[in-house]
Amino acid sequence: MVHLIRVMVNGELREVEVEGRRLLVQLIRDDLGLTGTHIGCDTTQCGACTVLLDGQAVKSCTVLAVQADGSAITTVEGLSGPTELSLLQQAFLAEDALQCGYCTPGMLMTATGLLRRIPLPSDREVRYALAGNVCRCTGYGSILAAVRRAAECGSLAAANTPSASTESQTTPIADRND
Amino acid sequence: MYPEQFEYSRPASLNEAVHLLADHSTKPLAGGQSLIPLLKLRLASVSHLIDVGRLPELHGVRHAGGKLRVGAATTYAELLDQPAAKVCPILQECIRDIADTQVRNRGTVGGSLAHNDPAADLPPVALALGGELVISSVAGSRTIPIEDFFLGPFVTAMEPGELLTDLVLNVPVHGAGTAYSKLRDQASGYPIVGVASVLRVEGKRISGARIAITGVGNGTYRATLAEESLQNALVSDTAIERAAGLALEGRQVAWDARLPSDYHACMVRLFVRRSVAEAVARAQTC
Repeated sequence: MVHLIRVMVNGELREVEVEGRRLLVQLIRDDLGLTGTHIGCDTTQCGACTVLLDGQAVKSCTVLAVQADGSAITTVEGLSGPTELSLLQQAFLAEDALQCGYCTPGMLMTATGLLRRIPLPSDREVRYALAGNVCRCTGYGSILAAVRRAAECGSLAAANTPSASTESQTTPIADRND
Repeated sequence: MYPEQFEYSRPASLNEAVHLLADHSTKPLAGGQSLIPLLKLRLASVSHLIDVGRLPELHGVRHAGGKLRVGAATTYAELLDQPAAKVCPILQECIRDIADTQVRNRGTVGGSLAHNDPAADLPPVALALGGELVISSVAGSRTIPIEDFFLGPFVTAMEPGELLTDLVLNVPVHGAGTAYSKLRDQASGYPIVGVASVLRVEGKRISGARIAITGVGNGTYRATLAEESLQNALVSDTAIERAAGLALEGRQVAWDARLPSDYHACMVRLFVRRSVAEAVARAQTC
């Protein structure tokens, strides 16, 4: 059975037909072509596939696409504006917080969720928030430093997108039509 | 990984949900943090999922009359944010250390109890607090004492067609101390052993102790011999050590290469000791 779902992806309304068993990460990567969201373990452990669902960090390999019907989704592609990276992304560059980059989209999304909730988190809060994101090469020290730098640079600006479409990205679609 | 094909429905009300669940080929889905991995690994299969995760009737936390009522689809993250839940500090102490941020954003308290993984964190806390669970079906609603709910690994007292709607937990009385102590498996986040203690200290004596353990054998159980040994006992390291020694109640701890059984048994004793000692200390300072 195929379901027609409506999702607000990075501020843009998308309508897609999906099977019940389709995973959110497959919707994002294969149906919408947003391959910035990575699949690492595919077993809810590594966090590479993290996206924001109605503003909350979730592992998109462990959410059904149909469960997201009526929701707003932000992927790593939605963090930067047309010309510039978000403050958090700039901080990752400045602190060399990525090496192979595979875990980076997930790290960015979980950290973005954190900074929206707690604009100036303690190191302990950052470590706690990122516990579900695994990095196998850079090491966590520079990632921690990048989140701290972004928070200090302007916590609100780091968490919001320069395109100022944050509101539509974190608010569920009000009038679902199912 | 692809799950097998299934149908999916998202009912708009609890009433609609229980009518859909009356067809026994269905299964409820809430946060999906246990069920979806099982479906992907094809360790579970289902022909029709009924998504109850957004039903407003199943969300919320309310404190009244010595009870904390928690909607079954309340997520861990929602519960941590609820000031009302602070009356049961052991709940938040336990939930803070479940899995990770992303899983706590999706996983639900009712899902954990209904799934009854033998190494889940929340069942022993519910069992130590005591109370009842509210269950709905097309026949109406009924309550089950928490003590009668957990029957074995992944098995509960719920019948096909039934949906867990509310947890009604006993709020610890004034003067009670509570603690959840957990040895966390660093890879999975699951407890190798988790011990929930709710006990009261009057003067220098323990008056009433409830201890529940997860991660051992067939899953969550109350360590009744340990509880009895603490009843009216003078607070002392000896009394706590004696209770810890009784906690396994003859249960066999399974051997596996990662976790030799003598080590596991030793950890059960250690974490019972820690949990009880912490609960006693908290009872004495409140």
